[in-house]
Amino acid sequence: MPGPPARLPPDHLPPDHPADLTRKAVRAMSPPATATAMTAPTAQPARRARGAAGDALFRAAALFAALFVLISLSAAALSMLYGGLPALMKFGLGFLYHVAWNPVRQDFGAAVPIYGTLLSSALAMLIAVPVSFGIAIFLTEVSPRRLRGPIAAAIELLAGIPSIIYGMWGLFVFVPYMSDHIEPWLTDHLGDLPLLGALFQGPPLGIGMLTAGIILGVMIIPFISSVMRDVFALVPPSLREAAFALGATRWEVVSGVVLPYTRTAVVGGIFLGLGRALGETMAVTFVLGNAHELSASLLMPGNSIAAAIANEFTEADSDIYLSSLIALGFLLFVVTFIVLAAAKIMLLRLARNEGN
Amino acid sequence: MARTLRSRRRQFTNIAALGASTLATVFGLFWLVWILLTTVINGYQALNLKLITQMTPPPGSDGGLLNAIAGSGIMIAVAVLLGAPIGIMAGTHLAEFGKKNALAELIRFVNDILLSAPSIVIGLFVYELVVRQSGHFSGWAGAVSLGFILLPVVVRTTDETMRLVPTQLREAALALGAPKWKMTLSVLYPAARTGILTGLLLGVARISGETAPLLFTALNNQYWSADLAEPMANIPVVIFQFALAPYDAWHALAWAGALLMTMFVLIVSVGARFLLRERNG
Repeated sequence: MPGPPARLPPDHLPPDHPADLTRKAVRAMSPPATATAMTAPTAQPARRARGAAGDALFRAAALFAALFVLISLSAAALSMLYGGLPALMKFGLGFLYHVAWNPVRQDFGAAVPIYGTLLSSALAMLIAVPVSFGIAIFLTEVSPRRLRGPIAAAIELLAGIPSIIYGMWGLFVFVPYMSDHIEPWLTDHLGDLPLLGALFQGPPLGIGMLTAGIILGVMIIPFISSVMRDVFALVPPSLREAAFALGATRWEVVSGVVLPYTRTAVVGGIFLGLGRALGETMAVTFVLGNAHELSASLLMPGNSIAAAIANEFTEADSDIYLSSLIALGFLLFVVTFIVLAAAKIMLLRLARNEGN
Repeated sequence: MARTLRSRRRQFTNIAALGASTLATVFGLFWLVWILLTTVINGYQALNLKLITQMTPPPGSDGGLLNAIAGSGIMIAVAVLLGAPIGIMAGTHLAEFGKKNALAELIRFVNDILLSAPSIVIGLFVYELVVRQSGHFSGWAGAVSLGFILLPVVVRTTDETMRLVPTQLREAALALGAPKWKMTLSVLYPAARTGILTGLLLGVARISGETAPLLFTALNNQYWSADLAEPMANIPVVIFQFALAPYDAWHALAWAGALLMTMFVLIVSVGARFLLRERNG
């Protein structure tokens, strides 16, 4: 055995360790270490010193790289805060609820983009949550075993399609379809309802909140459904089997055993999808219409934080305009950070219970 | 009597719920097919040899995507060169040195948030970091922002696959007197090779379709440029600009670019998953 015993803590090599097998494996992989060590024992101290120096260097480089990840997130937050500071100082807290967005008078408020981001994400969640739940149930309870892999892979392809493709498809294919078929129907049948009717009034332009919400919803389905499917699979078979043995139907097993067991993680998955929806840019930029106006109707054009930044950033012609857009980015960053952190904590909780 | 009624109601609820879940799956697949078919049909009609021999055209006229394809390729390659070493080293720290300590757990937490963070925010960050400091848009800025998006993907897969390497391999190498860095380089990396490669491929697939972080970092360039210090043409931003312009020739080019990009992204990501499945047996 080359190498002094002091470098090996006793628990590293138990006496019954199958060292012979692994030694062969290692010799095959790194012949120089063993060969030179055995033929030139006099070179040992120098080599050991070099090894220790190399270890310190390597360890430091790895630590630095890991800290880089930490630093880059904080640096992102700080740099946007710095860039947005002039706007935040000028408009103060009013920036959050001020409706105007007027580059000519250099008067900027974030109310319209914030409203658009929240509304389009809410619409997206209305579509994506039940559909993702259905897909997860289908993949764990209904689908024949042989089809599960391919169908799950196909649903995940939805996440692989670049977001700009959703936007382009939305603009050229889905918007005309909405304005020709869906929106006139909605206005005719729902536009006269008391209260709710206001949501569905207006010209059938195709572009607008509803279209953006639907496309966003489709985009986040794969993220939510894959988390749900993964956590459903974590339910101990004995729990499910016990419920079946008591005569429960499949749906009763899902609603009475699987869902309560995984509830926190399911909400975590939903938050993960929400985080994606809030920050999604290209898909909504194409179909929202970039209108800085508040409107009660879901059929009217609007704006979102991400879309406003994408559309206007390179056109911003004054410092305060640019700073207002960066301040919007900072808001988006803070909100998505909170949502994603909450999602992560909820997902970790189930994993930790599993560990115990 | 009451019992059979109740049983029938339960059966009905069961069938309705499972039927609804099947419909939900059909609903999800329906959009996939619709979007992919549209892209393939429109893109296929616009495919021709000029795409890879000519530059992006001025408004209203014919042309190709050569400069945009080259620009995207260059920036993706530079992003990998910047992001992969840092990502692999950071993953190595988490798997080998940090293990379960508080700092490592914090970094994993932050890394997972970076993984889902809005890419437009990364664009703004790099704008402040590179574009504002240097005073102009550049291919470097685009590559750096793509690198920041690639980084968390590589960190996570490296961490996960290196933790899967059996402890016996580490112990055997250390027992033979190999220093830890040598053990990592010549035992752990070869053992975790497939997983790390998968992470890189998934990262490349992810950044190949990203548009938002390039809008105000690399900007765009109508002409040929392989100079990273200049604004650089790239497929996603060309699609964005051409699709929103009122010219049919530009729309055709945007569809062609969309098809090329989607196929590339899907082939790389499916390839990466296939590689992963091979390894897992």
